[in-house]
Amino acid sequence: MATKVKKKKTEKEAGGETLKLVDKQEAGQRIVGISRDIHNDIVKKHRKPSMRFPVRALSNVRYDLKRGHFEIRGKMATRTLTYNTVKTFAQSVRLMATTKKDLLDKNDIAGKREIYYNSKSWGECRFDEQPESDTLLDDMEAMLGINREQLGYIPEERGGDVTGPLTVLDQNPVTGETIKINCAKLGSGAWSIPSRVEHLRFESKAALILVIETASLFQRLVHHVFYEKANCILVSMSGVPTRACRRFIRRLADDQKLPVLVFTDGDPYGYCNIYRTLKVGSGQAAHINRYFCVPQARYLGVTPQDIIDYKLEDATHPLEEADIKRAKDALKNDPFIQHHKEWQNTLNQMLKMGVRIEQQAFAKHGLNFVLDHYLPEKLKKKQFLP
Amino acid sequence: MAKRTPTAETAETMARKQRDISVSEFFLKNRHLLGFDNPRKALLTTVKEAVDNALDACEEAGIIPEISVDIQQIGPNRFSVAITDNGPGIVRAQIPKIFAKLLYGSKFHRLRMSRGQQGIGISAAGMYGQLTTGRATKILSRTAGAKQAHHIEVQIDTRKNTPTILKDVMIEWRPEFQPTGTDGSPGEQVVSAHGTCVEIEMEAAYFRGARSVEEYLKQCAIVNPHLQLHFRAQLLKKEGTAEEPAPTAGEPATPPAAGSPWTTFFRGVNHLPPPPVEIKPHPHGVELGLLMQMMKDTPARTLRAALSQDFSRVSGKVALDICERAGLDPRANPSRIAHRESEALFKAINETKLMRPPTDCLSPIGEEQLLAGLRKEMTADFLTAVTRPPTVYRGNPFQVEVGLAYVRPGDQADLGADEPARVMRFANRVPLLHMAGACSITKAIAGVNWKSYGLAQPRGSLPTGPVVIMVHMASVWVPFTSESKEAIAHYPEIIREITFGLQECGRQLAVFLHKRRRLAEQDRKRSYIALYIPHLALGLKDILDLSDKDEARVVSSLNDLLERTHLETT
Repeated sequence: MATKVKKKKTEKEAGGETLKLVDKQEAGQRIVGISRDIHNDIVKKHRKPSMRFPVRALSNVRYDLKRGHFEIRGKMATRTLTYNTVKTFAQSVRLMATTKKDLLDKNDIAGKREIYYNSKSWGECRFDEQPESDTLLDDMEAMLGINREQLGYIPEERGGDVTGPLTVLDQNPVTGETIKINCAKLGSGAWSIPSRVEHLRFESKAALILVIETASLFQRLVHHVFYEKANCILVSMSGVPTRACRRFIRRLADDQKLPVLVFTDGDPYGYCNIYRTLKVGSGQAAHINRYFCVPQARYLGVTPQDIIDYKLEDATHPLEEADIKRAKDALKNDPFIQHHKEWQNTLNQMLKMGVRIEQQAFAKHGLNFVLDHYLPEKLKKKQFLP
Repeated sequence: MAKRTPTAETAETMARKQRDISVSEFFLKNRHLLGFDNPRKALLTTVKEAVDNALDACEEAGIIPEISVDIQQIGPNRFSVAITDNGPGIVRAQIPKIFAKLLYGSKFHRLRMSRGQQGIGISAAGMYGQLTTGRATKILSRTAGAKQAHHIEVQIDTRKNTPTILKDVMIEWRPEFQPTGTDGSPGEQVVSAHGTCVEIEMEAAYFRGARSVEEYLKQCAIVNPHLQLHFRAQLLKKEGTAEEPAPTAGEPATPPAAGSPWTTFFRGVNHLPPPPVEIKPHPHGVELGLLMQMMKDTPARTLRAALSQDFSRVSGKVALDICERAGLDPRANPSRIAHRESEALFKAINETKLMRPPTDCLSPIGEEQLLAGLRKEMTADFLTAVTRPPTVYRGNPFQVEVGLAYVRPGDQADLGADEPARVMRFANRVPLLHMAGACSITKAIAGVNWKSYGLAQPRGSLPTGPVVIMVHMASVWVPFTSESKEAIAHYPEIIREITFGLQECGRQLAVFLHKRRRLAEQDRKRSYIALYIPHLALGLKDILDLSDKDEARVVSSLNDLLERTHLETT
């Protein structure tokens, strides 16, 4: 009974779209259920067994306006045991077996790369390259409907850095004792977002969360204590935000009712991959987007219009082939871009100008131009892209 | 340099030097035309001519042939070759002419499928022996019912192209043959009441392998399944004494007991092929000169009769048509047809539509027997043969047969996957070993697109692969490129027929190769799947806490599933 109560409490705390927590026993039960179906197919029904999981691609998501993120659609992929799939099929089953036996039953954790190396003991069934095991891990996660963090898989990438007027309440992993981390008192350093953020609680008086793409600009803002001046929490993503980073921003924003502003390079990658993924999720991870998205995020810059407004034409780079393709793809296939006229205009304007711009380009007008002029002016104007 | 004006020849002085050239002299100087260009080839040609004649004689007489070829080395470069058959024998009067007169024979003037054609071969062999060793050709022959055999030794007078008889006696002799099993054990001796033996001593060289006597005989046995062939080659030890010491004081001709044993190519069938029928020439195959000669020689008294009697496929009505077209009187005397008129006649003949010549005169080997012959020679994974319907080139009926064997890789060392296909060429059941490059058979094979039948093929050459291709052309007149009868001339009609035959076999081969590839692919897939089945079972066992017995059941169920459905994606 105790667990049940606690679970309810967590749900209430998280607010909005709640991450459905699944305890290890239930996760194990789901694995057993799928395996039993396969076993029945083989032994009792004498037919080729198959696994079903949702298709994880941009073509199988829709932009759910009410919830504000990409929601997976009903398209399911079936992996039937055939000559072409026999290896992956066997690998999937062994991966589920390992997950249940070594992680869930033993309450252990493993990195994606560790699982890849673990498979080296499987003989012919082993994974030759890590991308193979990563893909099957994603498949399994989609098939079970449980994100892999809950199965005990920890991401290896860094989750992102945080500085600013925020106190994070964490726990000592062994004793459970509460630890208070004041992110305003970290000097020239920053606090790293852990891979699991569900248990964190927050205290903050900040006015907004400013999410920044590059680490170097983040460093500049920290160095000049920009967060005090603007009363904001600074988060550095270093490229496409990790799940933990997205989840952290989401929980923090929900919990403290803070607006979220995003500042990336002004190029199709910054718009369509980094920002879009942070806000509404990705096609790849469509089955778990509802937990890993920040629908309240707004886009601050750099926009193509900024290039003109701040006379940065000579600080740009021509769009490369890949940029143009990315922008056109997004205009054609991305449900998020297709829904927002402003974004279509922005991308079209960029394609017309034929240039992209980096966050650091403001250094043309002086190293601190970005924090003395650009950001304050933008924040004041409050004209953000959706 | 003394300046001396050469005395100008006058017509008279030149006339003194001008004289007849006998065919014998001509061929003596041009012996390569007959296949005697080198010692090695001379031996093969001799054997070939003698065996061809023996086979023709037996078949014409309705005797199932039994032939022995005995090669004995008597000096470093000197061999004695004896070919014995159980044929009808030869009457005494004909023996000298047959063996010591060039261009003497029964086969030149008729249109009938036979091995020999010109009547040159065996006398040329004798002439070659005489030229290189000075020895005479020795003939033993016994006709059916005769009390004794003739023993005649002849030489050829090359100036006059006439035989010189050196010895002519009657002796006790019967052809004897010694069948020997594959293990070398001698079988029961076969003695015939009639037959002929020709023995020629000559300068020669003995080799094994491709284009050897042995290869020739082997191929001969393939296309003549009714032939029983015995072969023996007794060679001197290298660098040894000139002659092996005779173990007993017997006749020098008697082989030493310890000498190499006979090899027998046993008979596959016990009946003769249906005898080929002699036909009259077809008008469309006759050239102007020959036409004039025939008109002159005909016993018929009117042109119309000459045309309808001396040619095939010319009825009285057709003969009238021809005469009308040529503007000639059908009642005219054929021997009086003038040059200009015969040209008109020739033109008219070629403009007249005629029935194709009869083709029942051909005696093909037949698909069954071709396959049997190939099977005897090699272990093959796949065999196919096709006998094309008879057709015509230049008025001569001919028929093409093609056999194709895909040999089990590794069984025959000389038939590797990367080697060019081995080609066996035959004309009127005679193996052709030399001049493959000049032969229309080779040309036809290289011209077929073998890639579409699953074989590799370098541009414009023979296909590669463990393949034996056999092509037989049967015709009343095989157009050889030379008198040595080694290559078939490039007639488009012939090449086309061979190509069709090859393509027919090729299609069969493609089906076989495709099926084999599919099976191999299926095997590969099956073992690939079998590799992962235990892992699938192990995974299920771990998750569902199955017993070892249950795990085994999963494996066996999956294997059943694999057997039943091949787990193909459908």
